[in-house]
Amino acid sequence: MEMIPTTFGVLVLTFLLFHVVGGSPAEVVLGKNATAEALAAFDARHGYDKPLLCGHWTEIRALGKTPSGKLAQRPESGLFRLPITYALPAGVYRVNAGHVLLGLRESVTGATDEALVDGPAPLTFAVREGWSAVSLDVGGALPDYMRLEKKNAGRFDSQFVHYVVALAKGELGVSTEHGLPVARVLQAGVGPSLALTVPILAGGTLVGVMLGLLCAAWRGGVTDRAVLILSTVLMSVNYVVWVLAGQFLLAFKLRLFPIWGFESAAYLVLPVLIGIVSGLGRDVRFFRAAILDEVYKPYVRTAQAKGLSGSRIMIRHVLRNSLIPIVTYVSLSIPFLFTGSLMLESFFGIPGLGNVSLNAIHSSDMAVVRAVVILGALLYQGVNLVTDLCYAWLDPRVRLL
Amino acid sequence: MAMERNILAKLWRRWDTRLCLLVIAAYCGAAAYGEIVYQVSRVSDQTPAYNQVHEQARYVPPAFVRMFSPAPRAEESPLYPLGSDNLGRDVLQRLVQGARIAFHVGIITSLIAIPLGVVLGCLGGYFGGRVDSVVVWLCATVASMPGLLFILAIAMVVGQGLLGVYLGIGLTTWVSVCRNVRGEVIKHRNRAYVQAAQVLGYGHARIMFRHILPNVAHIILIAFSIRFPASVATEVFISFLGIGVQGEPSWGIMINNARLRLWQGVWWEMTFVTIAIFALVLAFNHLADALRDLLDPALRTEQG
Repeated sequence: MEMIPTTFGVLVLTFLLFHVVGGSPAEVVLGKNATAEALAAFDARHGYDKPLLCGHWTEIRALGKTPSGKLAQRPESGLFRLPITYALPAGVYRVNAGHVLLGLRESVTGATDEALVDGPAPLTFAVREGWSAVSLDVGGALPDYMRLEKKNAGRFDSQFVHYVVALAKGELGVSTEHGLPVARVLQAGVGPSLALTVPILAGGTLVGVMLGLLCAAWRGGVTDRAVLILSTVLMSVNYVVWVLAGQFLLAFKLRLFPIWGFESAAYLVLPVLIGIVSGLGRDVRFFRAAILDEVYKPYVRTAQAKGLSGSRIMIRHVLRNSLIPIVTYVSLSIPFLFTGSLMLESFFGIPGLGNVSLNAIHSSDMAVVRAVVILGALLYQGVNLVTDLCYAWLDPRVRLL
Repeated sequence: MAMERNILAKLWRRWDTRLCLLVIAAYCGAAAYGEIVYQVSRVSDQTPAYNQVHEQARYVPPAFVRMFSPAPRAEESPLYPLGSDNLGRDVLQRLVQGARIAFHVGIITSLIAIPLGVVLGCLGGYFGGRVDSVVVWLCATVASMPGLLFILAIAMVVGQGLLGVYLGIGLTTWVSVCRNVRGEVIKHRNRAYVQAAQVLGYGHARIMFRHILPNVAHIILIAFSIRFPASVATEVFISFLGIGVQGEPSWGIMINNARLRLWQGVWWEMTFVTIAIFALVLAFNHLADALRDLLDPALRTEQG
């Protein structure tokens, strides 16, 4: 039941990363030379002009920089023209001055109008539907820092709330790179990713556990030492090198496998092989340690004394009891089945989620990256929950909750 | 401190860990030399030797291969002990610069991740209750992020340069350190010496950092010996993808450059970069194993 606050934490963390830290998404997507109008339109469409968490007013980007000297040099009318970068559309605004002169223009007919608003600062004024404010002059006592804010639809009409609600509805946004909804992009990539990562996980676990059993059965002997050294060595080879060397040596030089592509199952053999071997070092060490922990328990010696054969002890008793840490370890990798292996997919041209994420990162397609990160995190929560349930099944001493 | 001298002596005595220590020292030296070269080139505003392009000396094979080939090399081109890459730049010098960047990444990410993990682990383990719940929640939240993707996302969001890489790796890898430290602190929390210190009226901070922390310090050393090679490996991967450091020859960038040349028969660049990374990571991994056996009897791997 710790899933709920953790899920909330995941949402907050991803929100912080993608919406707060990254700066203005509009600028990232549209580029540096976009007009202020275009930026504002992007913000309005995607809801980035709302406050982050909550509040009635958001500062809008229409206000350019107020050069500090200018405020002092006002013309005789006593009004200072605020440097707004685009015409303010309909809505309720607020400015921290006591005297405002609006230059209005109707969007359809082009008719112009002027409106004067007076009152205690900060002043609230509204631009009617169908009109836009093309100029804004302020007068009276002006503070050093001018603020122009737009009123929000409601107190909680904020980016964060929208974020959570959209996720709850399953809307993941639109990919800026493909123009397709993110859900569709992800859906297309899941199949190939699974076709790659499931065999890797299954094969890796099988081989790893077998090697672990062998090491535990002949502990201290030559096999054990050799496997231990080998696994340390294997673990130290960089993953990049595994993929590159594997592709070069086995596919190109020796011509044993196809080099690139996703035509048939045969194309998956080499990536799966590389995936298994690269993870083998780390996995075997863990499995060996987990199984050894079991082997040193007193019941094993009893079983040996009883006359049970070595393999029977190992397979029927030791393996079963050491399954808990093994299952935990394996289940930790399950969420990554879906996110796919970034390197393998991009090098072997397998159109899976890993490839999709990598392209999204390279093209700054934030919607897709965000979606994959969130999905990965939520999957992790789900898998943890299932693992806890499995504990109860594997170990009768563990009670649920 | 006495403990450190003791550990160093024990590591030196075994031949395999002595070799690891020597290898790491050699890399430290290379990184320091690389740093000097880099700073000198920055101060004097010249293109450093490892970045100078020699058009006429492209794809020069390494020295020991050249000994067998009859073709003489041009007089002006520098000596290339390990060969040159596609722009005529010396592979050995670029490897040294790669070592410099690798050490930067390893040390800075450890400086981010380890103190963060230690402080949070101590706080959670010592105080228990609500504080602990918050720490555990934080650990679980960060741990559920898909690792590499999150690092890449952070690097993407923070922008160009190494800062994104440092923050990305540092802010995602503190969790295991935190969990380990928290476990140890919880074990120590109810020991007699802690209770004695509390009775004596020492403040919580003092008890945590002057009394409990030294007993937990071995975890920090082990964590560093694991984190360093992992950070280096991750940095290789990230710079291979083109994110992070630009312009400076990081090992990952060298691998990326060497990749296509490999298929055309230029094997030396890729081979030597691979060996360079492999040697450093292997030395650290083996050292980490030995440290674990020495310092934490509960985690022995060599048990026979």
